[in-house]
Amino acid sequence: MLNIQDLHAGVDNKEILKGLNLEIKPGEMHAVMGRNGSGKSTLSNVITGREGFHISKGNIEYKGQSIIEWSPEKRALAGLFMSFQYPVVMPGVNNTYFLKAALNAKLKHHGKQELDAAGFLKLIKEKLTEVDMDTSYLQRAVNEGFSGGEKKRNEILQMLTLEPELAILDETDSGLDIDALKIIADGVNRYRNKERSFLVITHYQRLLKYIEPDIVHVLIDGKFVKSGGKELAIELEEKGYSWLES
Amino acid sequence: MSNEQQIIDSNLNKEYEYGFVTNIESETIPPGLNEDVIRIISQKKDEPEWLLEWRLKAYRRWTKMKDPDWAKVKYPNIDYQSISYYSAPKKKELSSLDEVDPQLLETYNKLGIPLEEQKMLSGVAVDAVFDSVSIATTFKDELKKAGVIFCSFSEAVKDYPELVQKYLGTVVPYTDNYFATLNSAVFTDGSFVYIPKGVRCPMELSTYFRINEANTGQFERTLIIADEGSHVSYLEGCTAPMRDENQLHAAVVELVAHKDSTIKYSTVQNWYPGHPETGAGGIYNFVTKRGTCLEENSRISWTQVETGSAVTWKYPSCILKGDNSVGEFYSVAVTNNHQQADTGTKMIHLGKNTKSTIISKGISAGKGQQTYRGEVKIMKGAEQARNFSQCDSILIGSDCGAHTFPYIDVRNPTAQMEHEATTSNIGEDQLFYCNQRGISSEDAVSMIVNGFCKEVFKELPMEFAVEATKLMEVTLEGSVG
Repeated sequence: MLNIQDLHAGVDNKEILKGLNLEIKPGEMHAVMGRNGSGKSTLSNVITGREGFHISKGNIEYKGQSIIEWSPEKRALAGLFMSFQYPVVMPGVNNTYFLKAALNAKLKHHGKQELDAAGFLKLIKEKLTEVDMDTSYLQRAVNEGFSGGEKKRNEILQMLTLEPELAILDETDSGLDIDALKIIADGVNRYRNKERSFLVITHYQRLLKYIEPDIVHVLIDGKFVKSGGKELAIELEEKGYSWLES
Repeated sequence: MSNEQQIIDSNLNKEYEYGFVTNIESETIPPGLNEDVIRIISQKKDEPEWLLEWRLKAYRRWTKMKDPDWAKVKYPNIDYQSISYYSAPKKKELSSLDEVDPQLLETYNKLGIPLEEQKMLSGVAVDAVFDSVSIATTFKDELKKAGVIFCSFSEAVKDYPELVQKYLGTVVPYTDNYFATLNSAVFTDGSFVYIPKGVRCPMELSTYFRINEANTGQFERTLIIADEGSHVSYLEGCTAPMRDENQLHAAVVELVAHKDSTIKYSTVQNWYPGHPETGAGGIYNFVTKRGTCLEENSRISWTQVETGSAVTWKYPSCILKGDNSVGEFYSVAVTNNHQQADTGTKMIHLGKNTKSTIISKGISAGKGQQTYRGEVKIMKGAEQARNFSQCDSILIGSDCGAHTFPYIDVRNPTAQMEHEATTSNIGEDQLFYCNQRGISSEDAVSMIVNGFCKEVFKELPMEFAVEATKLMEVTLEGSVG
């Protein structure tokens, strides 16, 4: 699904990722753990193709194709999704309108019939119950006046609606109370299947209690210093990161 | 960032769709302005003596006035002697739409304004002004049944002289300002509306203005009177051909709201903005619009969507004289490429418990420069007056500018004033968020801008809100790619 080879990347001529390798197979859930400044958000931004991040060496392949020259929306349309650490507020832009535009862009891209208003409403109402949000959401503007928990649930709602094949969850657990965390974890777990892959980027092991990763990577100074099973996350929680630093 | 700029630049070239010229025989008087020209205009329109006198007084006054230079717009000096002050399609005295030159009807069809009865479906009565002359007013008979007068200004002068004489110049006197005074001297046509006591106008009234001839100016005058307890919603739209030289549009609109009446005046202005790259040509839109809430519980509401013109100078205002009267100003102004706009409003509170609301949304893209200029004045006798002002600007790209000049003058301590203002860029984060959901930058900008303008668009009559949304897309198409 995703294959990253010897990736060197950064911002403003500053190299942040220094030779990172990662292979995610269909159906796998990978977790990347690391402290602030280790390169976690650079990794998610580089994979999704955000403006201002440059790749100096290495490659990112998605479903066997190099995507490093692709625009962010081309990557998105191809099935790559990111749940934002800080979901963006779009004043006056209705959630229904936004999400319908996104879904129809994707359907159109794949040569499928676009949904009309009624069809979309039916779909979105089903999805809303999955993240425990009520229909008042539909009249509100994107993330405007949303609590931290609502914003993150909105991200997951968008994921469930757009049905990506690879979803990056960037610090999705930050700022969530335990109830919201469970709702989100349930949503993600229901969405998991043999074809869909995940990359969970997180500080803490908290979320990983509810979403069990297949593989955990520890990111220090732009490189994975250790990879292992889910027990590695628990070990990190107990011992911190310093024992892995050289 | 450089890539973002490139994206922004790459798409700045959507063409103006209404730039065609209609090939029609016109009667145009030679360029130049003097008392004789004014006499010719007045004579051609078969006007009463008092109106000619009024025009001449205005003209004499105007010759002693100077162009205003306080607005934050730049344009070369206008040579008023090189403009023709009267142009009319040749055929005159039409008794029905069937007699209208088919070329003209075609023009309005191209503009998406069918004058025929199909407008019945949407319940809109239309008056069309081509160059200086009103071509056709639809639904006159239906309106007449309700007692509503909706006709061209020239007809009103002939058929309802007492009403015209009573109200003309009472809101915008002929001495008011340079452009209004010029208009008073040379105005050629426009629309006239009178809603009698207690009548709720059964349909939207609408005027479409079209400048066609080269080297002509358009000076129309609109007068709307809402008598006691009446209600009217009025919309104007404007387009012009693409020409390399600038054309002057100096209109005056006067609104008079009597006791318990409401006037809602909406404008979708789409004059030719000039060449996208060189900035050549385009309309100078120097317009004076003002309404008086003459008596208690009256309400005047201005809604404007300003997307066209090379230079805009326009401040639709309300004089809140009657107690408990309400003034509102909702504005979306877009400046793209080389467009400049200095626009805003004045709310003058005279009566007790008067209330005003100002919502101004400015969008600048390309090399566009935009200024919001607003004045709120609470006079001594205006006990418990309230104003809420909100002025937001959004910038697309880094070569444009937004400026805000709010003037507040409070002479009564019981006044409550609120003012909010924001300026923001269309954020890289917003664009990326949309892109990451598979939405193109172009669609994202249109979505963000429409979201930004929502508070104003919802004030427009339904079908025009749709038109405005589309117009914004066209105007901004290419401002981000």
